[in-house]
Amino acid sequence: MASVDAAVSAGGGRDAGALVRAAAPAARFVFRGRDAAVATVASALGTPLSLEPCRASQSVGRIALWLGPDEWLLIAPRSEGGLVASVLAKALGGVPHALVDVSDRNSALIVSGPAVEDVLSAGCPLDLDQAAFPVGMCTRTLFAKAEIVLWRTAPAEFRVEVARSFLPYVEGVLAVAVRDGG
Amino acid sequence: MSAGAFRTATGGRIDRTHTLRFTFDGRPLQGCAGDTLASALLANGRHLVGRSFKYHRPRGIVTSGSEEPNALVTVVRDGGRTTPNLRATQVELYDGLTAISQNRWPSLTRDLGAINDKLSLMFPAGFYYKTFMGPRFLPENWAWTKVFEPAIRRAAGLGRAPTSADPDRYASRYAHCDVLVAGAGPAGLAAALAAAEAGARVIVADEQSEMGGSLLSASRGAINGVPTAQCAADALAQLAGHARVRLLPRTTVFGYFAQNMAGLAERISDHDPSPDPEGPRERLWQVRARHVVIATGAIERPLVFSNNDRPGIMLAGAALTYLNRYGVTPGQRAVIAGSHDGIYAAALDLAGVGVEVAAVLDTRADPQSAAMAAALDAGLPIRTGTCIVGSRGHLRVSEIMIGAPMADGSIRDAGRIPCDCLLMSGGWTPSVHLFSQSRGKLRFDAAAGVFLPGVSAQSETSAGACGGASGLAAVIESGAAAGRTAAQACGFGLGRARAYRVEGILEATEATGHVNAPRLPQGMAKAFVDFQNDVTSRDLELAAREGFRSIEHIKRYTTTGMATDQGKTSNMNALALVSGTLNTTVPDVGLTTFRQPYTPVTFGTLAGMARGDLFDPIRRTSIDGWAQGKGAAFEDVGTWKRAWYFPRAKEDMHAAVARECRTVRAAVGVFDASTLGKIEVVGPDAAEFLERMYVNAFKALKPGRCRYGILLNEAGFVIDDGVIARLAQDRFHVTTTTGGAASVLNMMEDYLQTEWPDLQVWLTSTTEQWAVIAVQGPRARDVIAPLVDGADVGGEALPHMSVCEAKVAGVPARLFRVSFTGELGFEINVPVGAGRSVWEAVAARVEDAGGCAYGTEAMHVLRAEKGYIIVGQETDGTVIPEDLGLGWAIGKSKADFVGRRSLVRPDMIRTDRKQLVGLLTRGRDVLLDDGAQVTSVAAPAKGTAALGHVTSSYHSSVLGKSIALALVRGGRGLMGQRLHVPMPKGAVEVEVVSPVFYDPKGEKLNG
Amino acid sequence: MLLIHCPYCAMERPEIEFRHAGEAHVARAPDPSQLDDETWAEFLYFRSNPKGVHAERWRHVHGCGRFFNALRDTVSDRLLVTYKAGEVRPELPPQEHSR
Repeated sequence: MASVDAAVSAGGGRDAGALVRAAAPAARFVFRGRDAAVATVASALGTPLSLEPCRASQSVGRIALWLGPDEWLLIAPRSEGGLVASVLAKALGGVPHALVDVSDRNSALIVSGPAVEDVLSAGCPLDLDQAAFPVGMCTRTLFAKAEIVLWRTAPAEFRVEVARSFLPYVEGVLAVAVRDGG
Repeated sequence: MSAGAFRTATGGRIDRTHTLRFTFDGRPLQGCAGDTLASALLANGRHLVGRSFKYHRPRGIVTSGSEEPNALVTVVRDGGRTTPNLRATQVELYDGLTAISQNRWPSLTRDLGAINDKLSLMFPAGFYYKTFMGPRFLPENWAWTKVFEPAIRRAAGLGRAPTSADPDRYASRYAHCDVLVAGAGPAGLAAALAAAEAGARVIVADEQSEMGGSLLSASRGAINGVPTAQCAADALAQLAGHARVRLLPRTTVFGYFAQNMAGLAERISDHDPSPDPEGPRERLWQVRARHVVIATGAIERPLVFSNNDRPGIMLAGAALTYLNRYGVTPGQRAVIAGSHDGIYAAALDLAGVGVEVAAVLDTRADPQSAAMAAALDAGLPIRTGTCIVGSRGHLRVSEIMIGAPMADGSIRDAGRIPCDCLLMSGGWTPSVHLFSQSRGKLRFDAAAGVFLPGVSAQSETSAGACGGASGLAAVIESGAAAGRTAAQACGFGLGRARAYRVEGILEATEATGHVNAPRLPQGMAKAFVDFQNDVTSRDLELAAREGFRSIEHIKRYTTTGMATDQGKTSNMNALALVSGTLNTTVPDVGLTTFRQPYTPVTFGTLAGMARGDLFDPIRRTSIDGWAQGKGAAFEDVGTWKRAWYFPRAKEDMHAAVARECRTVRAAVGVFDASTLGKIEVVGPDAAEFLERMYVNAFKALKPGRCRYGILLNEAGFVIDDGVIARLAQDRFHVTTTTGGAASVLNMMEDYLQTEWPDLQVWLTSTTEQWAVIAVQGPRARDVIAPLVDGADVGGEALPHMSVCEAKVAGVPARLFRVSFTGELGFEINVPVGAGRSVWEAVAARVEDAGGCAYGTEAMHVLRAEKGYIIVGQETDGTVIPEDLGLGWAIGKSKADFVGRRSLVRPDMIRTDRKQLVGLLTRGRDVLLDDGAQVTSVAAPAKGTAALGHVTSSYHSSVLGKSIALALVRGGRGLMGQRLHVPMPKGAVEVEVVSPVFYDPKGEKLNG
Repeated sequence: MLLIHCPYCAMERPEIEFRHAGEAHVARAPDPSQLDDETWAEFLYFRSNPKGVHAERWRHVHGCGRFFNALRDTVSDRLLVTYKAGEVRPELPPQEHSR
């Protein structure tokens, strides 16, 4: 992750307004289905799935990001991927649904620091003020010319999920944004 | 020392102890910290700064702001940084600044182009529509394109664009706020404070380096007992203390767009003598505001009289700014003239620093105001009812001619006054540009003679002078009120209103002053209206006489208001002149559209970071690094980089591709197919859904088997294809073309969400989940078999068009038995994270088996040898499956699928549709051009329709000849016949053959 | 850049997250084979092009991914209302589309 390191050091050269680092490896699943399946997944996963648009939920390291009215991105520690897959498959049994392993499809970056809103605003057209994008909000959106999933994990920290082949581009734009002082 | 002979001893906001060196046209000069280039030049007595656009007339600094029409300069920095057409009034001075004048040769004082001024009869209004017609025997337009235009382009114009790439970086930022305040003068600051104190999130942008606007150039007056400049500083300090306020100096609000989105251009480093080489030069802000306060002030108008463009003639308000803000006097002996009370304040201030005031000329017959009274008290020589009729001087005004307007409209000579500067004020024009850009409707205020904001189209308020407020007290009051209104519009409480008590200001009797547009005697020398485009009052009168009535037409005919300053100082004068000539009112003449940008914005700012490697995402597969290590050449496929071919020592592309093809056919090749689009279709209705989408039957497809799917649009035309595998009863792995990945998913979601929402099936893009390693060739099975664990890859267990799950090189994989080469083939799908390692394991065995990696070019040749189509190459949006010989794929028993109904429309069942065939050249082997037409005879008569066109053409080293695929009218009925393909070097005779050139029986598929 | 209210996300989002998807309320027949050529051609190719209020489809493609409908005034380029796919076209108060 050479470019991530470059972003960090360039930002740190002046006032380190924001840091960009790679997130820990994760297991990921796209879960899609209707109410019955949603409830089943929630209890099997141990994490409620938000029915409110654009909200994340998490417990014991298992994360569910609302992406659409019938679509959630489930994230778990990489080591739990097999377990989560089998637990969900078992619980869902004959309930119609789609569960697709996309662990390798995305990469994730953690962007944090006092200037995090400004840095992300170099490419993201959404209002990232806490009043408009509170902690716990998540959504697919755009970052410059790449589609991302943006999740605010703390007042000054976001997780950026991006399709693997777009990672160098997103890192590049973030590095420039950090260098520009956020 | 206070750099410059025209620098006052004290006063102003410059730092006299901090001298800055700079050059203008190579001549070393000195200025002070805080100067603009314009104020520094004036401090050195330099008024002449440029030559005009058309007539090359000597021109001086007219204004002190962004509306400057004349003082355009080129600033040169190191590293190839050359910026032309900068307004000297906005260029902040720094130590070492290098500026050069424009549009002159060989020098500013001796410019050969000035001959245009003498030849000006050649350049009346609309001259390029009237002149330059060549002799009739020459082709139409010859004279213009060959003679006149090149000559005019050389002589006219502004600065030269730099020829090298822009070395600077540009940043961009989205921003959101409750209240955007455009302009930080007295109204804007009051508005920002009121909004901030109500709790609103505020962005304040001002185009100047220092915020405060007119508060910074007032010599007298106080607000709540505090001098105005100090008030500005206090307000800024308070604003800076609010966490939710962002102050953006050097930032122009250049555009006001739909739903309160504004474009802002921030100049970050141009003022910095040694800018951070890594930092951005400018930043584009795209601001979404819930309410916008427009506080852009007003712009002073010049007077229109003969030779009103001599250096040394400037606006009175600008002179006040140079004096009070920069400590610079415009000359030693000044005449101050105009139709607005502003002339008295200028006269008093200039007299106060020892400038000789030769005369104060008021065109009004009987002005009555406190300002005039104060000037009278000071003993200044005031003449009312007097106008200026001309000026004299070489490169600088030395004398003005004055006159007295008579009752019959004539002007009586009233003498001459020697002077070295003339300060004029034709009144003020409210800057309604942003309001107009917001689509608000302007109204004409007949009393003031100006356009003012009328009906709003968006949530905005015009405050201060741009809204028609008059006098500092009213300006501040309207700003504060606008700030409170804005905060309230965003849902904040009203809060306590601040009280502002303004004292000691010389208030004008009228806000804007009437437009001064004297009827000039015929035959007088040039009286300029639009300085930057050299449009005179005579040009406008001529246009009106020639029948133009609407200002939109007059603007285009005369070019008035069409220069880079968009007529900021000239538009109202032009309107007044035209309406006077036409004997009508200003609103009847109309108003031209105010367009973005308010002032020019660099391309760099608009492009932002979208250049070089960040112009577009560059997508690479997990195997890309391996290919780079092998020296592969890459081609762009959409935003993907794909390995094109793998040249070995001394091989050119042709040789490499030929070798790769031969190797696949003779042994085995390995190919990175990771970019293929992939969609996982899951749910109890998955088969039903795919039956409805694709032409093929899927319900009968057994788990573990694959089918070649063809996707049509509703009009019946082929738009995508790919292999579709049934992994389980309710789970399909669908592949799409590389380019179709996003659009196919979009189309599937469309049907699922809006046509068949009852189906229980869900889609997930897995394009980037899987790395795809294709192993193709007679030895493919030998290569992969030892790597596969948990599946039998034999022909019985895993026949052509089947799929299984297994471990490949220790990694869980989806193993497909498919072929896009016509050879025995497998496609190994492994999670992307393991893509490189599995590839390396496979590639090593491929090499051991005498095989090689092959790229997209060989893939194309191999598939063409088999007559396999590529969507977008053999199809162009007008091709149905039957045209391609793919009618067999259609599920005949299916009642419906997307596009099915269209396949029986009359045009689709014609027998003479264009059909896919193969073409082989006869005689000499020729590689046909892609896209070349196919005709029945070698030299068809003009107007003959082609029979079709070549869709793909390659040299096949395996077949030892060139092959081509083509769509030809009724082609399948023309087998064996001879047609022709016109090429640049003459028509080539071809024979129509089957599109399957290689292994027509398909025996190789089984190895 | 317009702001568009996504009826599924229940918030206004920037235009660049969306993709226009043609005229709304042009339903595909349950069994197109029953249609004559003219009716099918009507479905395929003929669309209204009003000056004023236009019902059109948008997709929040870089958001929740849902298709929805919108009434847009083609004169002012203002989106008057958005509503979920499958919902009936809402009535507008008269002043909304009198311009």
